[in-house]
Amino acid sequence: MAKKIAVETTLNGEETIFLCEPRQTLLEALRDNLGLIGSKEGCGNGNCGACNVILDGVLVNSCLVLAPEVEGRSVVTIEGIAEDGQLHPLQQKFLEHASLQCGICTPGFIVSAKALLDDNADPSEHDVRLWLAGNLCRCTGYDKIVRAVLDVAENDA
Amino acid sequence: MAATKQNGTGKLSANGQNGYKVIGTRPVRPDGVDKVTGRAIYAADVQMTGLLHGFVLRSPHAHAHIRSIDTSKAEALPGVRAVVTAADLPEAEDKVEDLGEGAINLKYLSDNVLANEKVLYHGHAVAAVAATTPHIAEEAAGLIEVDYELLPPVMTVDDALADDAPILLETLRTDSMGEIGAEQTNLASFFRHQRGDLDAGFDSAHLVVDRTYRTETVHQGYIEPHAATASYSADGQIIIWTSTQGSFAVRGQVCEILKIPVSRLKVVPTEIGGGFGGKINVYVEPVAVILSQKAGYEPVKIVMSRADVLAATGPTSGSNIRVKIGVDADGKISAALAELYYEAGAYPGSPVGAAANVSLAPYAIDNLQVDGYDIIVNRPRSAAYRAPGGTNVAFAVESVVDELAEKLGIDPAQFRILNGAKENDRRPDGLQYARIGQIETVEAIRDSEHYQSPLEGNYRGRGIASGYWNNWGGQSSATAVLNPDGTVNLNEASTDIGGTRASIAMQLAEAMDIEYEQVKARVVDTDTVSYNDVTGGSRTTFAPGLAAYNLGRQLLEEMKSRLADQWDVAAADVTYEDGTFSAGSESVPFVEAAGLVQREEPLMASSTVHPQDFGPGFSTQCVDIEVDPDTGKITILRYTIAQDVGKAIHPSYVEGQMQGGVAQGIGWAINEEYIYDDEGHLLNASLLDYRMPTSLDLPMIETILVEVPHPAHPYGVRGVGEVNIVPPAGAVANAVYQATGVRMDKLPISPANLLEAMWAKEAEEAELVPGDD
Repeated sequence: MAKKIAVETTLNGEETIFLCEPRQTLLEALRDNLGLIGSKEGCGNGNCGACNVILDGVLVNSCLVLAPEVEGRSVVTIEGIAEDGQLHPLQQKFLEHASLQCGICTPGFIVSAKALLDDNADPSEHDVRLWLAGNLCRCTGYDKIVRAVLDVAENDA
Repeated sequence: MAATKQNGTGKLSANGQNGYKVIGTRPVRPDGVDKVTGRAIYAADVQMTGLLHGFVLRSPHAHAHIRSIDTSKAEALPGVRAVVTAADLPEAEDKVEDLGEGAINLKYLSDNVLANEKVLYHGHAVAAVAATTPHIAEEAAGLIEVDYELLPPVMTVDDALADDAPILLETLRTDSMGEIGAEQTNLASFFRHQRGDLDAGFDSAHLVVDRTYRTETVHQGYIEPHAATASYSADGQIIIWTSTQGSFAVRGQVCEILKIPVSRLKVVPTEIGGGFGGKINVYVEPVAVILSQKAGYEPVKIVMSRADVLAATGPTSGSNIRVKIGVDADGKISAALAELYYEAGAYPGSPVGAAANVSLAPYAIDNLQVDGYDIIVNRPRSAAYRAPGGTNVAFAVESVVDELAEKLGIDPAQFRILNGAKENDRRPDGLQYARIGQIETVEAIRDSEHYQSPLEGNYRGRGIASGYWNNWGGQSSATAVLNPDGTVNLNEASTDIGGTRASIAMQLAEAMDIEYEQVKARVVDTDTVSYNDVTGGSRTTFAPGLAAYNLGRQLLEEMKSRLADQWDVAAADVTYEDGTFSAGSESVPFVEAAGLVQREEPLMASSTVHPQDFGPGFSTQCVDIEVDPDTGKITILRYTIAQDVGKAIHPSYVEGQMQGGVAQGIGWAINEEYIYDDEGHLLNASLLDYRMPTSLDLPMIETILVEVPHPAHPYGVRGVGEVNIVPPAGAVANAVYQATGVRMDKLPISPANLLEAMWAKEAEEAELVPGDD
């Protein structure tokens, strides 16, 4: 078994040090070492987006990032989306639009949509569909997810 | 008279929909905040002290004898705590039991969990390891040595029924309408539904269309892989936390496989990340239990990989289907024949029985015959998938119906109205319909802005199709506790996959004339309430909803009775209106009464139901597509679904079911398929290569909720979860015909399959018109 290494990172705005094996992915470290279970593993090879996090402002599949790679960088997970005990507008609109059924893909969608809106405050429906094509949902047919994201964009614009 | 609503028109009015206060509104679900913040606990999220991690070794072969298994090297790896094989399971009985959704032979159930003597598909579980980390468990599994004697694979209906076909199950004999055959076979069963005079119906026909079709194996595609954690104590008490559609179905299967009494096992359902029928069978649950036992009663968690999910769970049947329909000159169907050959996977139990019921169900037909064949092949044991079997056969039937309408020069919607089934007509197997809404769904599509609007442009086409699903009642139990602050705890055991805590709680609130927010709905474990069937068969808003309605009525009656005692009046004199109890000069609002009636004695209620009279669902759908003639790729331009939903309790979640079923149906129609090589190896066990629709592949999905209330439910509820997946493949195929002139005889209508068909048609036309090039 490989020796564990210490990784220093900024996790949801807080300075954090955690131990991990060199072979662990960021997703494993978040879930198993740090207890942040909101990021989900749907495929383990970057196809479903359920594990998406924002790394230094860039949307990534945390299952495709090795945990030691976040040394000195900033990671935002689903647990860091709500601020000061208030749901983020995306979380609120996902609830109002019934944009989730089983909910397993929801954290990934909300993180992805936040990365989109951080970059483009006024996306078209096509922009939203193109951006979210890296997140799979099997329950909703995407209709209510896309509506929720567009609703947030309209209300923030 | 049916009411229809189009979505996207804002909130439905509360306090006015047939006088309902809560039903028809769109409140936020009780589990919503946890699910948008990442706090909800799904199966893979379970943690506990001393937890070991399991890994399952799977067969690299489609069909082989297991000569021997050597686990010694795996056991010697540091960190490994236990290794198990089928030898660690009790010997299974060769008998049939109903443990969830349909009957299953216990030996097949056990052999599918860990292969015994033979592996029957690529991915079949052979052994399992528990270790201190998932990585060590996986490494150890790689050290297990299995000696296989390879056998030729049997991959399709045609392979399986060939004269010299290799035999998968030595003891299998064909059950032909109750008569058991003498020979070894891969045909597990045959049945026939028949009525009228088929030959006379075809002889009198003005026009007959007779076609055969092929559909490929597809997977439910839930985003959460199967996962389970077992805690097995030295005193024999077992707890399993798992992602399942039916905690009692898991209890039943695990107890049968491990031969333990149900009182020793508690199943705790976690949140479930999708199921669609695929999370009823057990896979890793019994394995986690025996690993825990062998590892000295340390808890064991097994999380399946996506590749294992695709290779070894779920899928629904591929099929060969023949449909022959005759019509008279006016377009009335005079006779219909359907022959359904469904691949069950490695063990008997394809959904061919349900498929037969679906096949011709939307139509009133006097002379018909439907034959069903359940056939085993070297693919994973098939599981239920949303209206099991329905999409395959509806693709075939709706394609033939479209061709008939076209040849007769009748509008396809009009053809379906002319032949539409209604109250007192019969399903293919003879079941007589109560009030149903098939024709109303066709009319809703016919009258929609979508259907009435023109569609122009080359390689564009529009198709419609109808579909049926019978829905289900099933057994349900629930309890309700009245809190002294005027809230009600609703304890029910149906796992919530799509908002059913809300839709069940809303019915309790409506029954008690209280606010939705006053009901606290929770999903409980198998020790807390009595038996409860799976979240499946589109039954969960219907049957547990009925139990919730009963609970509300019981609590109100008891409150009245206790107030009558306190007020010294007859119970019959206490009225409850607008949230206030009254008798004579006495009057008390609900919230206050909740405390008042429990001063001397607490108040709770329980309800068990098993409704037999469940309302079937129908749906008609319309799609516009565009085909890229260079690549064969289909773009979905516009989609509208009309569905008879009985009464929409929570319209957003009803729309969500409709949109989700359509999306899965579109995936089935144009992309999804299991691809095997000649040796029976699955080649596309990833979500890159098993290509499900993304947000970019779909437009908004317009919904028309047709409300034909089901007469046997207090609020008119029909199941809404499944019928929506039945028509899409037929609708898309009919649109492809309009766009290209090609009638597809197979699914998926993938770019490769469509291009091949378009080229074949071009070649045929070039031959018919020699020199015209």
